[in-house]
Amino acid sequence: MSKKMKTLVSVLLVALFLIFLNILVALRVIDEYTTQVLTIAGINVIIALGLNLISGFTGQLSLGHAGFMAVGAYTTAALMMKLNFPIFFAVIGGALMSAMFGFLIGLPTLRLHGDYLAIVTLGFGEIIRVVMINLPDITGGPAGLKGIPTYTTNFFWRPVLSFALVYLALALVVLFLSNLLKSSHGKAIISIREDEIAANAMGINVFYNKIFAFTISAFIGGLGGALYAPFFGYLSPNMFNFQKSVEFLIIVVLGGMGNLTGTVLAGIGLTYLQEFLRFLKDYRLVIYPMILIIVMIYQPSGIMGLFKNKEFSITGLVERLSGKGPSREESSDQAGDVQ
Amino acid sequence: MDYLQQFCQQTLNGMSLGSIYALLALGYTMVYGIVKLINFAHGDILMVGAFVSYFFLRRWGITPVTLMLSFLPAMLFCLTLGVLIEKICYKPLRDQPRINTLITAIGVSFFLENGARVIPGIGPNPRVFPTLSAVNYTLFGVNISQVQILVFIVAIILMVLLNYIVSFTKIGKAMRAVSFDKGAAYLMGINVDRVISFTFVLGSSLAAAAGILFASSYPQIEPYMGTMPGMKAFIAAVLGGIGSIPGAVLGGFILGVAETLAKGFLSSQLSDAIAFGLLIIILVVKPSGLLGKPMGEKV
Amino acid sequence: MTVLETENISIQFGGLMAVSNLSMELKKGELIGLIGPNGAGKTTVFNMLTGVYKPTAGKITVCDHNDERKEIGKLHPYQITALGMARTFQNIRLFKNLTVLDNVRIANHLNVQYHSLQAVLRLPSYYQEEKQITEQSMELLRIFNIEHKSEELAKNLPYGEQRKLEIVRALATKPHILLLDEPAAGMNPQETLDLMDLIRHIRDRFDLSILLIEHDMKLVMGICERILVLDYGRLIARGTPAEIAHDPMVIKAYLGKELENDA
Repeated sequence: MSKKMKTLVSVLLVALFLIFLNILVALRVIDEYTTQVLTIAGINVIIALGLNLISGFTGQLSLGHAGFMAVGAYTTAALMMKLNFPIFFAVIGGALMSAMFGFLIGLPTLRLHGDYLAIVTLGFGEIIRVVMINLPDITGGPAGLKGIPTYTTNFFWRPVLSFALVYLALALVVLFLSNLLKSSHGKAIISIREDEIAANAMGINVFYNKIFAFTISAFIGGLGGALYAPFFGYLSPNMFNFQKSVEFLIIVVLGGMGNLTGTVLAGIGLTYLQEFLRFLKDYRLVIYPMILIIVMIYQPSGIMGLFKNKEFSITGLVERLSGKGPSREESSDQAGDVQ
Repeated sequence: MDYLQQFCQQTLNGMSLGSIYALLALGYTMVYGIVKLINFAHGDILMVGAFVSYFFLRRWGITPVTLMLSFLPAMLFCLTLGVLIEKICYKPLRDQPRINTLITAIGVSFFLENGARVIPGIGPNPRVFPTLSAVNYTLFGVNISQVQILVFIVAIILMVLLNYIVSFTKIGKAMRAVSFDKGAAYLMGINVDRVISFTFVLGSSLAAAAGILFASSYPQIEPYMGTMPGMKAFIAAVLGGIGSIPGAVLGGFILGVAETLAKGFLSSQLSDAIAFGLLIIILVVKPSGLLGKPMGEKV
Repeated sequence: MTVLETENISIQFGGLMAVSNLSMELKKGELIGLIGPNGAGKTTVFNMLTGVYKPTAGKITVCDHNDERKEIGKLHPYQITALGMARTFQNIRLFKNLTVLDNVRIANHLNVQYHSLQAVLRLPSYYQEEKQITEQSMELLRIFNIEHKSEELAKNLPYGEQRKLEIVRALATKPHILLLDEPAAGMNPQETLDLMDLIRHIRDRFDLSILLIEHDMKLVMGICERILVLDYGRLIARGTPAEIAHDPMVIKAYLGKELENDA
């Protein structure tokens, strides 16, 4: 099977799977509560993927991703409520604004040594939050922003549409990252994590690539926030605090830094865990950091580290189903096409 | 004339706050110097120290004597906690990339904060830290409270003690050796593990003391009280030069004064942003800090 | 034609003058060695040549791919590599968690034409170039006899092969000047002999000019046409292997301290 055929079949498979899920959701075979949890999970995974790009793949620890989520969410809300943008463009606008923030923040901070970068990104996350509180015209101030237009006012179709859009976005993000990371540009980014000085000596413009990765990472984080605004309908600055940034970090670490499959699994798993443990109330807040500590001490490479950091590959699956073994190029890749 | 007096008053207040930051920054700088770790959980040790003192004072009542006595159980409890954290959470990660230990430290910090929150006796609601009756003295037209005098005295005593330990004792020399070159120190027969533990002992004791002083100055205590001071103390340590003990003290005072002046003359909200702003400026202009030495990586 | 030249370069670290007034030149096609006792400043010189350190005084000029002379004292390492001068590291700085093949492919990145957009959209140009890069990389690995390990993680290679991979990776950047920092460190005599052949082979095959640092005298005397001797940051002798072997300054630098200590 030629490469083109493989890619085509893979894309088709993914599309069919998503359509299948959406039908289940529309028919309420998957009930509304589960749909809601899955939608939130999808958003969490998207943002965590953004974080994984800069922290797991580029090796630059960023502790302010909730800030990008906030920028995306509030921009989208503002575009819809103040400028009457249609939803699709508002979401893109939110993500783009977040990318711009990422670019501007990255310029001074990505020159810094790793430890300091983490603190500064934390600082920026907090600064964004404080700024949001202090712009009541745009953000509704500390009381929050209500009445954000949702995907559709039709009660029947609303959960279906949210679910569909979020998972479509997720599939696109995964495809984008997977293709990027397998390419020479992606490998250059990963080499920065491995050894910055050697990467520089091998002709890689380290600073440019860091900014590149950080901006994309901010775009993706903002995209998650942008999708969240119309879904949830209500935004408050305290939703986007350091605690939230750490939640995304936990997802990335648990799944495996530098592994896309792991982020997807851990994101869905942790979102479910959050729901499941709701009855524990405040004790929940003690369990998350405990998970983080235990993972870091005993299995720092995360869940997928147990599987030698392999990625789930749709094209690999297609090959196996069509009778041939994986080609050399497929198995040599660290990041494959992931569902 | 009025501005001058205001300025002096705020500067004095700033020095008081700065002493507390200095005590906390010392812990950050020593630990970073020895194991190259930003101990995120350090600020929360401050919180623990404050609470230990709080329970002690609730039991024995608040008098100048009991307040001073409360330092002992607080420092003992915190230094034990610090060593435990190091042994359980940081030591296993010593050979791993630094990013991993940093993440673990974040986990420890959250664990302490949220753990304190769920423990019934401590709980999420703020509690009032017992204070002595407010007595103010006036010196050259500037008000200085009893608490502030206490802060200065305790801070100075502790800093002098620390200086003595680091400069004149065997273990102090060992600390300095390990911070220069861990491998070489090990080869010279220094018990590196013991030195690292001792550093955490020192840092955590100072944090506990800072906690009591902080609680005496701002008598509302709650589980998350350590986060902001911890951040600021870290910024102070970087400002002065991370790894440099005099730098931590200098940075602490500068930050304390800057923050208080900003609160007094500009706005309260802005003062937090100014702290972060200072951090960014320093990291961009002179990352090694005011008193630090640039450390290059050997290629 | 001179491809690399330094004029009185010096570098100072605090109070220490690590390298002072070094003037040297590398001519096209030459294979020269830089030797000296430990701590003489050899790797520091490499670091200055490749932009890791900026010299505090003096000028460094390099010929780029079009034979134009460019001054490089203020450039970043990746810019210098783009001009055509590549290096290996004394302490091996491979991308440990990546495969052998990936290590080499990454070094090809600076020559890649397709943009990230074409990569993401998987346009034909992406596939074509990737195929080319893979072929070129495998070819390089083949020369050094490690192509059968292409899928292994770099950190799992035995030491000798890691050193080889360091060189392959530098070659993948398509340099015309190659700086090798102790390529034979830790190798046994047989491996060293193989390496000597390999270095000569790649010099001829890829039209390189090579400057290498080494402590292994057999290798240095065996393949270097000219030798520069550094001691305490200064050039104390230069010449052919025969001249250097009998130079009293050189002998003193290497052995002199021991004689002084014995006396």
